[in-house]
Amino acid sequence: MNTPSPQGISIQVRGLRKSLGGQPVLNGLDFEVRQGEIFVIMGPSGSGKTVLLKHLIGLLDPDEGEILIEGEPIGQPGVMDRHRMAMVFQSGALLSSLNVGDNVGLYLSEHRRKPPAEIARIVAEKLELVGLKGAEQRMPADLSGGMRKRVAIARALVIEPQLIFYDEPTSELDPLIAVTIGEEILRLNRRMQVTSVVVTHDRELAFGIADRIALINDGEIVFIGTPAEVKANPHPLLHQFLTADFNFDTKRHAP
Amino acid sequence: MFQNLGEMLVLLWRTLRALPFAPRQRHKILEQLFEIGNASLLMACVLSLFIGGVLALQTGPTLAERGLAAFVGQIVGLSMCRELAPVMMAVLIAGRIGSAMAAEIGSMTVYQEIDALRTMNINPVHYLVLPRLVAISIALPLLVVFSILVGWTGGALVASANYEIAVSFHGYFNSLRDGITLMDVVNGLLKSLAFAVVIGTVSCHQGFQTIGGPRGIGRSVTKAVVNSLVLILILDYFLTRLLMHVSS
Repeated sequence: MNTPSPQGISIQVRGLRKSLGGQPVLNGLDFEVRQGEIFVIMGPSGSGKTVLLKHLIGLLDPDEGEILIEGEPIGQPGVMDRHRMAMVFQSGALLSSLNVGDNVGLYLSEHRRKPPAEIARIVAEKLELVGLKGAEQRMPADLSGGMRKRVAIARALVIEPQLIFYDEPTSELDPLIAVTIGEEILRLNRRMQVTSVVVTHDRELAFGIADRIALINDGEIVFIGTPAEVKANPHPLLHQFLTADFNFDTKRHAP
Repeated sequence: MFQNLGEMLVLLWRTLRALPFAPRQRHKILEQLFEIGNASLLMACVLSLFIGGVLALQTGPTLAERGLAAFVGQIVGLSMCRELAPVMMAVLIAGRIGSAMAAEIGSMTVYQEIDALRTMNINPVHYLVLPRLVAISIALPLLVVFSILVGWTGGALVASANYEIAVSFHGYFNSLRDGITLMDVVNGLLKSLAFAVVIGTVSCHQGFQTIGGPRGIGRSVTKAVVNSLVLILILDYFLTRLLMHVSS
């Protein structure tokens, strides 16, 4: 087995603002993700969750404000190289031209971190960890949504990250696979002390794994707290979001 | 338009700066070379054979009327070397390979595969653009040499078979050898290298610019091919002027 990464890392977000196509998406966000915690960002669709995540991983630059990783601005040269970070995309974002094994080992082979035999061993080990033992030769197109996500998690694990971002990890998955993915996130966090930032609107996942939850709406943080604090908070939007359910008035719709 | 042009030049500059890393990407370069050869060799052969043939057919009878049929080899030879082989092969490659490059990178952009590469600290220019640009810059000049040879043969077949021209194989290639210098072939190769860089850069740039779903990918492919063709024809004029100036 590889040595687990020593410790997760912290992130501070200060006054983050971003507009896309003239529309403000993030309106001055301030929050901190602590070392080794599972921080869940929840919010309705279009509230700016994914845009926020792309800022945190360095794929987008803010219009205003800053993001600090272990106290250093993310844009400063070398900061992103000093810390090992990985992202599990909503779609998995596996390279469709590579098989599962090559996808999972891509980071190691491109950065020439290990000899090919060692890479193959690590790939097999990570795939086994996510329950996909022996899937190396399969192509991404032949995998189900859940399997693709698990391969994406295996690919993230190969980096031995100190920080993992998950974008909607349970979307498009059946409840059983969603639970497996949730357990996987929790297990990795507990075993390797990886800091995890999870963007989701899956309430069950959020309350099942989070150390703290942030609710974001219209590009602003509505509330940050532990799952218990979120449940106890009387904010109407929180209440609405947490209790939303189907409530058809059958009389009104009956022909 | 100027913004696009600027972005393409930046992409080209970044790719040129990445050239020292090319040996590390040799497997991908070989894969690309195989794909280019596999996709275009047969088509290049058919195209060149008929271009050479048509050229002989168009010029041969007129030359023969004036008692100059012996020069048909020179005319076909020079036209193929300097102009037709480089331009027609560039058009073929822009259509077959440029479109495939734009579609592949475009779909990788749309489905966040490029973002995934960036999060793994893998530079998309090194990983995607460099092998494609190096491969197309090797493949297109080679295809041009092939096209020139096949075009000459096509011209020879028509010149000998057509009773209005009636120039033997031997006479045709003698005339060709007398009229063609090494510089004529080099001119064509230099042009094809420039066209290869244009096709690779424009197609990869369009791929990275893709937004939206499958419709966006389709738009990028169309733009990649059209922009490549326009730039090739404009560049062809200026390169011809430059090369004429240099060789005189």
